[in-house]
Amino acid sequence: MTTNTADTSGPNANPTPAATLEFRHVQKVYPGSGQPAIQDLSLEICAGEICVLVGPSGCGKTTAMRMVNRMIDLSDGDILLDGRSVRDRAPAELRREIGYAIQQIGLFPHQTIAENITTVPKLLGWSKDRQRARVTELLELIGLDAEMASRYPAQLSGGQRQRVGVARALAADPPLMLMDEPFGAVDPIARARLQNEFLRLQAQLRKTIVFVTHDIDEAIKMGDKIAVLKTGGVLAQYATPAELLMYPADKFVEDFVGADRALKRLALQRVRDIDLWKAALVRVGEPVAQARAKLADADLPIAMLVDAENRPQGWLSDRAFTGERVTAEVRSPAEPVADLDDVLRDALSDLLSTETRYGAVLDARGAMAGVLSLEVIQHFLHAAPAEARSGAELVSE
Amino acid sequence: MSMTPAILGDFGEGIEFLFSERESVSGGVQIGGPAEMADFCATHMLVSVAAVLIACALAIPLSLWLGHIGRGDFLATATSNVGRAVPSLALLAFFISFVGLGYVNVISVLVLLAIPPLITSTYVGMRQVDRDTVDAARGQGMTGFEIVRKVELPLALPTIFGGLRIAAVTVVATATIAPLANVQTLGEPILTPQTYGIVGQIGASILVASITLLIDFLFARLQRAVTPKGLKLAGDAPAKGPRFSLPTRRRLRST
Repeated sequence: MTTNTADTSGPNANPTPAATLEFRHVQKVYPGSGQPAIQDLSLEICAGEICVLVGPSGCGKTTAMRMVNRMIDLSDGDILLDGRSVRDRAPAELRREIGYAIQQIGLFPHQTIAENITTVPKLLGWSKDRQRARVTELLELIGLDAEMASRYPAQLSGGQRQRVGVARALAADPPLMLMDEPFGAVDPIARARLQNEFLRLQAQLRKTIVFVTHDIDEAIKMGDKIAVLKTGGVLAQYATPAELLMYPADKFVEDFVGADRALKRLALQRVRDIDLWKAALVRVGEPVAQARAKLADADLPIAMLVDAENRPQGWLSDRAFTGERVTAEVRSPAEPVADLDDVLRDALSDLLSTETRYGAVLDARGAMAGVLSLEVIQHFLHAAPAEARSGAELVSE
Repeated sequence: MSMTPAILGDFGEGIEFLFSERESVSGGVQIGGPAEMADFCATHMLVSVAAVLIACALAIPLSLWLGHIGRGDFLATATSNVGRAVPSLALLAFFISFVGLGYVNVISVLVLLAIPPLITSTYVGMRQVDRDTVDAARGQGMTGFEIVRKVELPLALPTIFGGLRIAAVTVVATATIAPLANVQTLGEPILTPQTYGIVGQIGASILVASITLLIDFLFARLQRAVTPKGLKLAGDAPAKGPRFSLPTRRRLRST
């Protein structure tokens, strides 16, 4: 694989394809320490995926990440970047090919944002024009004003600095990115926003990413695959977020993902992903017999009054069925309503907080698409795992 | 006829000594006045500048390297302690027995005097660069040399210049002892009262003190000038000298 560093045709004329990464029986023993920091770590990361390394402090997750770009040297085993051993590469040259973002960001305080961002392009000898174009492009990508380019890091907020850190890591369009708690230094609200922005970015860029965090929620949100490490650098489980939550490999993983793993799974699904109940949709003036037939066919014992476009008007009371034709006797409003695209956990939360058993689910046009109930969700959690979504898909759709 | 008010007494006479020639105390020769002072001044500056430049050449590259690899805490503290402990006068006498009188002797003493603050400030300046910044630089693929040149050195520069300022001031002030090794600096009128009298001593002292203050001022300006803009914005007290620095004017800062 060659990165076309001499290319001057445009900042992103030739986006580098994502790389594959493979840890092969990697071992790390620090000098003077009897205990290995990493023990026989083997895992494969597919091109374009986010692999999250997660575990308690001292589990070696950062060590594992830093061995990829040889910030820490391997004791034994090998790491293959696109099939090629990192041992064969000159460290500085290897690092220029791998994006690097750390929690403390480490922006150069004496350089402007533009100079910070073009650190690697400068090392690679890009032309001034190409560097300038890349800065403009990246600032837009991370949602900062173009005028920020001439500011200094001290003039930026914490969240803006984190974004610049990511932009710097992306600058030379690396096929692989290493990110060590890149959103760790900001408050929870800003962190959630940065995570979402990053997932949206990743949906476009499709980089291979090694992402280190100690936060299992962040791991579940960000990861296509999650590698849970135990103290001593032992790989406890390597799986998709849904698998991890459904089938934790051992007690350690089970404890680590937390007692609320069922709820966490709900955070990975959308309402459209589960089998919703079918409700009887009844219009005013419809013959009662016909309405009763619909009700018998439905999954729940009460009918929903809808308008001509099937938009829900309210749950019908029994009195609506006393005459020849259905009347608009509504017993309760059609609340809460969820969209098919809502995250399941949020829909459940609405359902619980409004003290109702059923929630209407609407499609994009606002028409009834089905009914969500506690039973539906319970059933879903006990069933075999449906195709769970990754955080990236949830954010980008 | 005196140009200065009589109320200044010997002090005024001392100032006048700098501007007009007079007959020496022992008689027979003309002393003082701009011409002689300019001569002394030139020699004074020559040995001082030479000493500071040589000290920089010896101390800074070494300490940059030690600071970069993070080895040398011992050297940095030891040199500054030794530098303070050994009196320069003793050094001068010591060198007389080895290299004899003259420029080599004087400059050697001044070099030894200038080295400790330069080593300490350069080393401290390098080490106080945020480790995460250096880690980021390494992780982006900078080589050791590039890290020093593009990241560590620019960030250490204010502190290095703090040390340079101390070195320069110390050297200029101490060059006054040079006449003991037969080099005619501004110390000459101070150390030979039998010729120059109290008036000459006072006049030369005033001149040395003024030059020293001027140099301190100039280096303070220089120190600010080399502080990267991004650091000034960060509100870091620019160019905080190492702890042994001469008391300098500190800007008031809240808390």
